[in-house]
Amino acid sequence: MVEARNLMYMFYGFLAAWLIVIIYVVSIAVREKHLHQELERVRRMIEQREKV
Amino acid sequence: MRNKIIVGLSVAAAALLAFNLYKVFMVLPDEINQGAIYRIIYIHVPSAITCFTCFFAAMIASALFLIRKDMRYDAVAAATTEVGLVFASVVLVTGSIWARIIWGIWWTWDARLTSMFVCWLLYAGYLMLRRAIDEPTQRARLAAVLSIFAFTDVIIVWKSIEWWRTQHPGPVLSIRNGGGMAPGMEAPIWWNYLALVMVATILIMVRMRQEDFRREIDSMRRWAHAL
Repeated sequence: MVEARNLMYMFYGFLAAWLIVIIYVVSIAVREKHLHQELERVRRMIEQREKV
Repeated sequence: MRNKIIVGLSVAAAALLAFNLYKVFMVLPDEINQGAIYRIIYIHVPSAITCFTCFFAAMIASALFLIRKDMRYDAVAAATTEVGLVFASVVLVTGSIWARIIWGIWWTWDARLTSMFVCWLLYAGYLMLRRAIDEPTQRARLAAVLSIFAFTDVIIVWKSIEWWRTQHPGPVLSIRNGGGMAPGMEAPIWWNYLALVMVATILIMVRMRQEDFRREIDSMRRWAHAL
C-alpha cells in the first residue's frame, strides 16, 4: 500500500516536472508563430507603402 | 549555424535523457528508507543546479550590460532568467510532491524552502518588471540591477542548508562534503544535470533567436513608418 503510494507520487513528480517544461516549450512555439505572423504583416505593410 | 547547433543539442539531450531515465528507473535500486520516491532527487536536484546556473549566467550578462551597455547582454540575461524560472518552478513542485510523502506535508516555511520561494518571486518579479517598462535602455538597466540583486538570494538558497538546520535535509552531494549518497547513486544526478543544462541551452538559444526576430520586426516597423 505504502509502496504503491510511493510509486504513484514518484510518477506525479516526474510528470509534473516534464509538464512544466513542455508547457514552456509550447508557449515558446506559440510566441514564435506570432512573431512570424507579425514579421509577415510588417513586410506586407512595407510593400504596400513602397507601391504608394 | 544556430539552427544546426539547436538540432544537434536536441538530439544529444534526448539521447542522454533517455539513458538517464533508463538508469534511474531500471538499474538503480530503491533507497532503503524512502523506497521508490527518492528517485525524485534525479529531477529535483539537477533542476535546482540548472536554475542556479541560469541565474548565475543572467547575473554575469546583467553585469556585462551595465559595464558595456550592449543590448545583446540584456537579451541573454532575459532569456536565461526566463528559462531559469522554468527550472525553479520544477524544483518547487517536485520538492513539494516529495515532501508530501517523506514529511507528510506539501509545504513548510523552513529556511531552504522559503529562500527558494523568495528566489522564484524575485525572478518572476524580474520578468514582470521587463514587461512593465517600454523604454528599452531603461528596462535593460533596471532589470540588470534587479538581476544582480536577486542573485544574492541564490547564494542564500545554496547555503541555507548549512546555515540553518530546519526541515530540509543537509548537503548530500560529495562536492559539498555531504557524502550522504553512494557513488553509484550520485553519478546519475550529474548526468541528468548535464542533460538539463543542454535542454536549458536549447531553450535559451530559441529565445535569443526570437529576440533577434523581435528586433528585426521593430526596425522594419520603424522603416515602414519612415516611408
